[in-house]
Amino acid sequence: MAINWPISPRRLKELGVLGMNQRNGEFIAEMNARRYYPLVDDKLLTKELAEEAGLHVPKLYGVISTTHEIRQLAKLVGIHEDFVIKPANGAGGDGILVIDGKQSHEPLIYRKSSGMAIGMDAMALHISNILAGAYSLGGRPDVAMIEYRVKFSPLFEKISFQGVPDIRTIVYRGYPVMAMVRLPTTQSDGKANLHQGAIGAGVDMAGGQTLDGVAHNRHVTHHPDTREPISGVDIPGWQSLLEMAAKCSDMTGLGYLGVDVVLDRDLGPLILELNARPGLSIQVANGEGLRHRIDRTDRHVDHLLRDETPAERAAWSREHLAPMNL
Amino acid sequence: MRRIHLLFVVLLLTLVGLSVAYYKYSALGFPLTPDRETETWTVEAQIAVNPGTAPASVRFALPSNPPHYTLLDEGFVSRGWGLTTQSSDRQREAVWTKRNPEGNQTLYYQATVYRDQEEIEASPYPGPAAPPELEEPLKSAAESFVEEIRAGSADIQTFATLLVKEVNASRPDENIAAFLKPDATETERTRLAISLLAIARIPARMSHGVMLTDEGRNLGPTTWLEVHNSRRWVPIDPRSGAVGYPRQFLVWWHGDQPALATSGLQDVELTFATTRNLRDAVETAQLQSSIAESRLMDFSLLDLPIDAQNTYRVLLLVPLGALIIVLLRNLIGIRTFGTFMPVLIALSFRETQLVGGVVLFTLIVALGLAIRFYLERLKLLLVPRLAAVVIVVILLMVLISIVSHRLGLDIGLSVGLFPMVILAMTIERVSIVWEEHGPGDAMAQAAGSLVVAALAYLVMVNTYVTHIFFVFPELLLVVLAFTLLVGRYTGYRLTELFRFRAFKTLAQAHRPDPPTNDRSGDNR
Repeated sequence: MAINWPISPRRLKELGVLGMNQRNGEFIAEMNARRYYPLVDDKLLTKELAEEAGLHVPKLYGVISTTHEIRQLAKLVGIHEDFVIKPANGAGGDGILVIDGKQSHEPLIYRKSSGMAIGMDAMALHISNILAGAYSLGGRPDVAMIEYRVKFSPLFEKISFQGVPDIRTIVYRGYPVMAMVRLPTTQSDGKANLHQGAIGAGVDMAGGQTLDGVAHNRHVTHHPDTREPISGVDIPGWQSLLEMAAKCSDMTGLGYLGVDVVLDRDLGPLILELNARPGLSIQVANGEGLRHRIDRTDRHVDHLLRDETPAERAAWSREHLAPMNL
Repeated sequence: MRRIHLLFVVLLLTLVGLSVAYYKYSALGFPLTPDRETETWTVEAQIAVNPGTAPASVRFALPSNPPHYTLLDEGFVSRGWGLTTQSSDRQREAVWTKRNPEGNQTLYYQATVYRDQEEIEASPYPGPAAPPELEEPLKSAAESFVEEIRAGSADIQTFATLLVKEVNASRPDENIAAFLKPDATETERTRLAISLLAIARIPARMSHGVMLTDEGRNLGPTTWLEVHNSRRWVPIDPRSGAVGYPRQFLVWWHGDQPALATSGLQDVELTFATTRNLRDAVETAQLQSSIAESRLMDFSLLDLPIDAQNTYRVLLLVPLGALIIVLLRNLIGIRTFGTFMPVLIALSFRETQLVGGVVLFTLIVALGLAIRFYLERLKLLLVPRLAAVVIVVILLMVLISIVSHRLGLDIGLSVGLFPMVILAMTIERVSIVWEEHGPGDAMAQAAGSLVVAALAYLVMVNTYVTHIFFVFPELLLVVLAFTLLVGRYTGYRLTELFRFRAFKTLAQAHRPDPPTNDRSGDNR
């Protein structure tokens, strides 16, 4: 096999690919005021904000913020068949416990998404670890959220393995600029995390149709587990999904934002979380650098006479930020 | 605007840092490399006195501003004697006094000198010498002798050389013979040369000094002749007429009088002892600059107590380690556990040496990790679990030390030098990354941390680097400037050229689509 040489920095620049330093120095530092970070880092706060703004989020069943309250756990979750426990300030999807269903009522035993049984004791331990800050940045004390488990829509069933595929959209100055679908694989252990081997598939901004994907920064056309082609899946309600993403930007005041949306079978698109430091792999998934789209958005915004509504912004993005041919 | 501001700050910091360092290097003589030693001489004047019963006083000329040499340090040892030092004209002297001295005693004066100038300093012309008053026929003899020498010489220096040669000739000129007893001493001959030079109106004086020899004992002073050539005093050897002082000649005092003037003493004897020392160049420069009263040295680390100095020797390297982290993370893109944890690991490598450090560190983290995974099964809460890991880490450290000592491996003993909190934190972080992102990621980050720590260690342990930053701490400003500069670097990291290499082919897949293809997707 031929050696896979690195790409030259000049070519990378030509393609408008954003590097980590540029993302941190020119976008995150300049567009995202630090004081707004808690709005996205604290998922509880994000959820409240989103509900106020009329956006759909997974319903919150309850919050456990002190060790004392753990005793209420059985009472809190007993009425639900399935739910998700997550740290409000977790980093990178760490510490999320997905409960698929009830295994027995007396004693109360649940089933994890992996199929393993989990008793109330183990669940309580997980929550106390969350409270102690095991999953939060810098080990700060945290609170545990218990919320609705997303019943993911069959849309991506053929091209994902276990887990919940989600749609990540980068919103720049209120305009959705790029999107990708993250598809779990066996290798990623059902997690929609590209670092762990999930597939990132680009999305055509114009029509909301999936493109080819990448796994471990390599181009893939078919899902490794289901062997189905990744491209060509239509995401329903693309316009409204982009509008939701645009609204998140207004709601948080962040100029460079990652919005993660899941498609629920019954409830439609739900905002899962927001990210003030969205990763760069979305560029590889779309086979295109962010830079050109950002520049085009800048030119558009700088010549506007009035602020556009989220719907107008989503429409503009669909029309003007479709794959930019190089 | 912000860019210009930053560049200005960077430039300013660099300029200040470099110029202060350059000044210390060029003007104060701080060495750029470690282990540089300069030659210094310790000269000890021993004055053996045999006082009577009357109050005694001893005046002793002290060297002041000797040509070629700088006085670094001096000291007096004289138990029970009152001591004052005073300066008159160009001569410094010490005065010892005692009301009722008894028995033989020795007074000591010790000076440390260091040869630092090749040129003799210029000094103002003292004016033409007054010719001595001589009786005839001596006067005519001297004048014709001087006339003769003048005819054969070109300038003051050659005149003096020729004159000295004549005075010392084995068969002197007949005009000279009248002045000179055949058994005249060196001092008498020098005195004669000075009077003859005065006839030619050339100012001349006697100087006395010590030949510096290693382990020299019982040395007496040597007389020399200096003539003023209207710019500076030029030394002439009163025996050969050769110009200049020998390299290791320390001028002690000037003038036609002994170094000692005493009263109330029966007997006095002056001898010199000299030794050559090799002194740390930093120390010499420090002494020299304190003599030069350089304000800069009021802010020197070298004045701190030794243990504080040693702390700073290490502390001053942390910025350098931080810079290396910045370079490796932001320019290369190596991932590490924690931001500055590798610097702390590198600091502990200083004690354990690199290979031993890496081996011990890996060993403890691996063992600790195993224990940590076992503790995971016990379902402990976070803080008690961390505490348990710390306890286990310390037990492991003790165990490794004892076992390796039994085996005769001393390297194992240094395991105690690792900051165990760092070890415990590393273990905790590795295990969380292991669980959340898989062993591959954990290993990659652990290896990254070790590589960065090793690199930081190699830089920080370098004796040149340690020396430079300790002697020239102002260079940290340059490090700061460079760090600020890297802080605005928004180009690609080296690892990103690998991460994004899929674009080599991806970009081609996104070349202009055929015009018929209005909906993207299918042929991508």
